[in-house]
Amino acid sequence: MATTTNGFVGTTRKVTAHLTQNEPLSFEKSSPGKKGYKLAPLDVPEIDPAALLGAATREDKPALPELSEIEIIRHFTRLSTWNYAIDLGMYPLGSCTMKYNPRVNEFVSRLEGIAEAHPYQPERLSRGAMVIIKLLKDCLIEITGMDAIALHPAAGAHGEFTGMLMTRAYHQSKGNPRKNVIIPDSAHGTNPATAASCGYQVVNLKSNAQGGVDVAALAKVVNEDTAALMLTNPSTIGVFESEIHKIADVLHDKGALLYMDGANMNALVGKTRPGDFGVDVMHLNLHKTFSTPHGGGGPGCGPVACKQFLEPFLPVPFVALGDDGLLHWSSDRPHSIGRVRAFYGNFGMFVRALAYILANGPDGLRQTTEDAVLNANYIRKKLEDVYELPYDTPSMHEVVFSDKRQVKNGIKTGDIAKRLIDYGFHPYTTSFPLIVPGALMIEPTESESREELDLFIDAMRQIAREAEENPEVVISAPHSTRISRLDETTAARKPVLRWKGPAMHDAVEVDTAAKEW
Amino acid sequence: MRYLPKSPAERAAMLREIGVSSIDDLFTAIPEEYRLMRDLKVPRQMGESEIIDYFKAAAEKNAHAYTSFLGAGAYRHYRPVIIDSLVQRGEFLTSYTPYQAEITQGTLQAIFEFQTMICELTGMDIANASMYDGSTGAAEAVMMAVRVTGRDGVLVAKTVHPEYREVMHTYAQHQGHEAREVAYYPDGHVQAGRIDLEALEQAVNEETACVLVQSPNFFGVIEDIPVIAEIAHKKGALLIVSIAEAVSLGIVRPPVEADIVSMEAQSFGVALSYGGPYCGVLAAKEKYLRQMPGRLVGETKDKEGRRGFVLTLSTREQHIRREKATSNICTNQALVALMATIFMTVYGKEGIKELAVQNLAKATYAADALGAHDKLLFGQSPRFHEFVLQTEEPPRRLNARLMEKKIIGGLDLCKWYPELKNATLWCATELTTKEQIDAAVAIVAEISVASAAR
Repeated sequence: MATTTNGFVGTTRKVTAHLTQNEPLSFEKSSPGKKGYKLAPLDVPEIDPAALLGAATREDKPALPELSEIEIIRHFTRLSTWNYAIDLGMYPLGSCTMKYNPRVNEFVSRLEGIAEAHPYQPERLSRGAMVIIKLLKDCLIEITGMDAIALHPAAGAHGEFTGMLMTRAYHQSKGNPRKNVIIPDSAHGTNPATAASCGYQVVNLKSNAQGGVDVAALAKVVNEDTAALMLTNPSTIGVFESEIHKIADVLHDKGALLYMDGANMNALVGKTRPGDFGVDVMHLNLHKTFSTPHGGGGPGCGPVACKQFLEPFLPVPFVALGDDGLLHWSSDRPHSIGRVRAFYGNFGMFVRALAYILANGPDGLRQTTEDAVLNANYIRKKLEDVYELPYDTPSMHEVVFSDKRQVKNGIKTGDIAKRLIDYGFHPYTTSFPLIVPGALMIEPTESESREELDLFIDAMRQIAREAEENPEVVISAPHSTRISRLDETTAARKPVLRWKGPAMHDAVEVDTAAKEW
Repeated sequence: MRYLPKSPAERAAMLREIGVSSIDDLFTAIPEEYRLMRDLKVPRQMGESEIIDYFKAAAEKNAHAYTSFLGAGAYRHYRPVIIDSLVQRGEFLTSYTPYQAEITQGTLQAIFEFQTMICELTGMDIANASMYDGSTGAAEAVMMAVRVTGRDGVLVAKTVHPEYREVMHTYAQHQGHEAREVAYYPDGHVQAGRIDLEALEQAVNEETACVLVQSPNFFGVIEDIPVIAEIAHKKGALLIVSIAEAVSLGIVRPPVEADIVSMEAQSFGVALSYGGPYCGVLAAKEKYLRQMPGRLVGETKDKEGRRGFVLTLSTREQHIRREKATSNICTNQALVALMATIFMTVYGKEGIKELAVQNLAKATYAADALGAHDKLLFGQSPRFHEFVLQTEEPPRRLNARLMEKKIIGGLDLCKWYPELKNATLWCATELTTKEQIDAAVAIVAEISVASAAR
């Protein structure tokens, strides 16, 4: 049993308090004349920058920190120890798919011929890169059951943007770009933001009593002005739209398209294919389903897959097999929406995702999906007696509870999430999807062992008990972190977005009063 | 499968506890006709050594041990070893977007340092946590200017990276604004290779939301930012400066007159990696804060008064504002921004200048040497580390000859600038050696001398 001054009484089986190092900003450690670099001597004649650049010469020097190499290593290593990470334990953020990021992915992405490849190096010196792109495309087409794919988009939202531009270009080719995009109220915020950026009005669709698409309600709003429905499947409450074929039919009857947000594809790989159940265009998140690292918020990669009739609208350039039997870059796609990013996309992420697919093979991919769904259902089973289950429809890869029972004692989902930190876990996704008031959205992924799941379940059950018996300890959590809850209001009202203070050159005053015992 | 931490017995036990008899009982929500009853047709499961062999074989089909003079928005600079050591720490690599500030202070403080460094380099007041890359960043900057001004005319210099312009047009097509391109001064003009200021002056009007230029521009020439800013501001338009080569800021005057700066930070320690992932970033004057897309990290305090960092001003963003957000961007390039942050910390205040000066020196030497045999276009205008060479020999043939000696020559510009006949864009960085430059010059000169003798 652990006890703190706050009356902390939980039994944290997973963690023990441990010292971490304090570390100021790099600017505050800087002192003039220190160097962390050494350039090779200049082997060409020296130049006078002012003579070459004239008025375009920089007069001042930017106030970048001046530090030695060991200090830089310690600086960033210390910062790193303040982070939670998948490598430390379960990271059950719903809809984020925080799965293991295999290290062989990192290794192969750094091979010299891959890491040092310039995007404009001649085609005949880029065949290896093109072969990787081709194989990844073929694998993703097979996995999604679609007909064509573009890998360029740099993230999920960028993929949505690409997919919706294609949708628009398709309708335009039929003479009318149409006006609206229908988006369920359970959708991720990027969906409406994307539709708006493609010039569409957003029509919100209220979910039915099971948290899914209300097909009758959908039929009422779909008309000749509807460009598409943007649908996340499984939905953000982790439920497969079992009437997906009816949804597709309702849309197709009016000439509208079914766009699938593939954020939750980790529930489907190897078990079913969007291309088979009526999806016209979709994006994948390689940084979710295909194990490329989240890196604290990117880089991502959001390929867009589509049916054959949309292929002419895919972005350029693309890898095509030439008459010579070799792969070439082509921009011969006259109806393309154009270029969505310079060069070819986040190639380094293609390499990692392909390494993941090769490590899994067909059997591994299917087993991965099954384990992800198994884990979510296990958590559901073990927690459904203490947390409210707003929808009792079968869960796929994630389970969504609500704080309905805890809120009676003044405990909200955000409090439970913060308390989970004290037990050694990253919080689940809070307050999302919006259709569930006080949502706890839990996605364990396949990467968790039964032991880790049991520790998580134990923590969640203890917190539920604390919410009954000692709500203050939950409301004031976390108690074990370097800092407690931050003042976000002041951060937004009086934004401080960069460091401006003076560099701290003074040596620390030795405390002469200190004694040794 | 080696990534999956369960034994068959554990799976069976868990199914029993859930109360189902087989795993397929958990997939019954999928209508039967859509269930995949066969194996996916992807390569069979491979061992780790096989995966490495596969990628090694692919890597060997790419350029290997070639000297390269390619730049054009993707630059080969030295990447200090500690960058990779640090970003491969799992605490950075396998962490999510820092929404839970108490357990992501490491990422948050690093981003705060990044924002500060970008402000210092660009001369702007604020910078965001990153964008996808320089091309999409420039497109977002244009949309931001349209929101700020409430105008819909966009003017883009033809000297902006051609692919950046293409991306901007893709983004702009349904925003209701019109983008027009502005020509550059031809060779021989006193300001050759820079945006045509008379043409710009004529094009800017009361409907112009912004002027987008790149500096150093696609030809490597540094634009006259103060004059361009004056022309834009006179009519109430914003000036957006795109910077594709971040290292230039060590010696090139920052575009302080700009309203928004869109930068590609790939040069700061990020591998070329066949075009990505790179790292865009937007910086701006403080008054445009509320229209800034993307994530921002701010400093604040916890209840005990301790300093901490937090994602802030998220009411601009899609997860709060949905269709009214400033952008749909969510995931950005955090880990790549961290690489850039470490790079900037390694070089620091003095090193960034020393590095930039070395680049300038190498390119000056290369341009002078190549220019002695062939024509250096826009030679009188100030430039950083790229230059345009016009040869008598068609670039395709010239580059084929260079390739025989394992040299990748300048980028053929005929696709984008057919008016510049036989022009190639060359780049030299601190990694380009005198020996490499001399070797390339010797090969280029063979034909030049021959044609001169004719």
